[in-house]
Amino acid sequence: MDDTGTVVAFWAMAIMTVGSALMVGAVRNLIHAVIFLVLSFLGVAGLYITLSADFVGVVQILIYSGAISILVIFAIVLTPRAGRDNSETSMLVPGVVIAGLVATMLSYAAIETDWNISSREGFEETAQAIGEALLDKYILPFEVAGALMLVAMLGAIIIVRAEGAESETVEVEEVEE
Amino acid sequence: MPILAKWYDFRDLGNAIGALQDQILDWGAPDWVPYVVSGIIAVVGILLWLLVSQIVFIWIERRVIGLMHNRIGPNRVGPMGLLQGVADAIKLLLKEAITARATDKILFWAAPIAIFIPAMVVFAVIPFGEGMVLSDLNVGVLFFLAIGSINTIAVFAAGWASNNKYALIGAMRQIGMLISYELVQVFALLSVVILVGSMRMGDIVAWQSGNDVWMFAIQPLAFVAFIIAGLVEVNRSPADLSEAESELTAGYHTEYSGIKFGFFYAAEYFATFALSGVIVTLFMGGWTLWGAEEWVPGFLIFVTKLYAVFFLFIWARGTLPRLRTDQLMSFSWKFLLELMFVQILVIGLETLIWREQAYDASTVLPIFGVINWVLAIGLVVLWARMLGHGTPRTAGKRATLTQEIGKIYYEGAAGPGA
Repeated sequence: MDDTGTVVAFWAMAIMTVGSALMVGAVRNLIHAVIFLVLSFLGVAGLYITLSADFVGVVQILIYSGAISILVIFAIVLTPRAGRDNSETSMLVPGVVIAGLVATMLSYAAIETDWNISSREGFEETAQAIGEALLDKYILPFEVAGALMLVAMLGAIIIVRAEGAESETVEVEEVEE
Repeated sequence: MPILAKWYDFRDLGNAIGALQDQILDWGAPDWVPYVVSGIIAVVGILLWLLVSQIVFIWIERRVIGLMHNRIGPNRVGPMGLLQGVADAIKLLLKEAITARATDKILFWAAPIAIFIPAMVVFAVIPFGEGMVLSDLNVGVLFFLAIGSINTIAVFAAGWASNNKYALIGAMRQIGMLISYELVQVFALLSVVILVGSMRMGDIVAWQSGNDVWMFAIQPLAFVAFIIAGLVEVNRSPADLSEAESELTAGYHTEYSGIKFGFFYAAEYFATFALSGVIVTLFMGGWTLWGAEEWVPGFLIFVTKLYAVFFLFIWARGTLPRLRTDQLMSFSWKFLLELMFVQILVIGLETLIWREQAYDASTVLPIFGVINWVLAIGLVVLWARMLGHGTPRTAGKRATLTQEIGKIYYEGAAGPGA
């Protein structure tokens, strides 16, 4: 964090991240909120890259900006309130209060903690180190997480198919007639 | 490669830039100035090359497709219609950019920019020659995928902001396609990365030139799958069904006109160039050509290969009919993805055996190549048979019901409810 480029990059990314995150709460249009959320994710990715965690940064773009945000968009489009304006809300004051309290608490913790600064050099290539750690030392948690996600996916499919399966065949036979 | 490392050694344009950097430092500028200057020069160079290539290829594409369709194609503007691309560009610049009243103004304005930026940024990691790469990230392959995934947001923004049902349907189709084929793309690239053991584009090219083999000779299945997935990702025919004009007028850019439409058009071209560049880099040896790169500039070899791959896309557009959306989806989820799973397993095993036994590359790679070719052809044929695509059709039957994804049942043929 010494040379000018890193400092400029850090502040640019920090302003982008925090500013977009604020806008997510401030805009009254859900779709705009998602777009600002994507900008915020991109800012976080940039912060990772300034910390020379290039693999995590790129994966952040791939997973959060590319995939998670699409999930959020699908969820919003499926709600009846996906329309243009969502101006009325009764949760404004409690929301602001809670967000303020959480922000205060986190900043207090961040400032007051005696951070343990490591003196070792940064990784040159984090991707290889992460890959080796995942498939060697931490293979069991990795596989368990994979199995868990598979189960979740299958569960979702089964829940959706439970009702739909029968009506589909009926529909097809009607077309046949 | 015997590099003179003088600025006039144009086999590597990096020499000229390096000389310029030294010169700037000699003038007593601070450390960061040469980097900024060389970065700007490289970006401007890549952009100019892209714009010129695009204008030329608009003409080539229209003329070639004209030839393939037994018609003439544009031949009025300039000799042989050569200035058609220029005329198109001027037209797009000068046309009125209409914004309908009920559009979401901010998103409508932001979407063309959001789709244009990723298409350009990808070129940062594509090596044009040895050392001629804007930023040789050690996660270059992943960077290409990550930047490509931002497209979905831009496409959705365009479709949603237009406040037009065709635009929204087109955008949703496009998102579905992007998500489905992103997995195939990831797996195809993963098998390359596993074998090479690096995600750096430069390392992958060096591996191919070091072993005197192009990657597609070893991994045919990944190559073909990546081309197909890429075709879908850049939304070109035969997979351009998110802008199928007979169904959706123009898909997610229905409401766009003038330069805003121009951005979508240019972004599609740039993305296709980027895709061709990645295919050349990962599967076709990048800037190398079995030693010819010592005499011919590497970037010329790279660009020639890139144009050849781009021609393949033009060819596909001129020959193949547009697919139906369910056909395209089922092809990804039911066909390509399963083949990719097997491919990953086999490549992983081969790589493991190679590393553990420390075999010589020249003996082991031909064997892997033969195994993978046999496997690729066998898997495609068998899997197609299993899904019922391989059985010969009974002639002269009228299609009565298009019901199950990817299949057409004929009158009299066995099928549910027949």
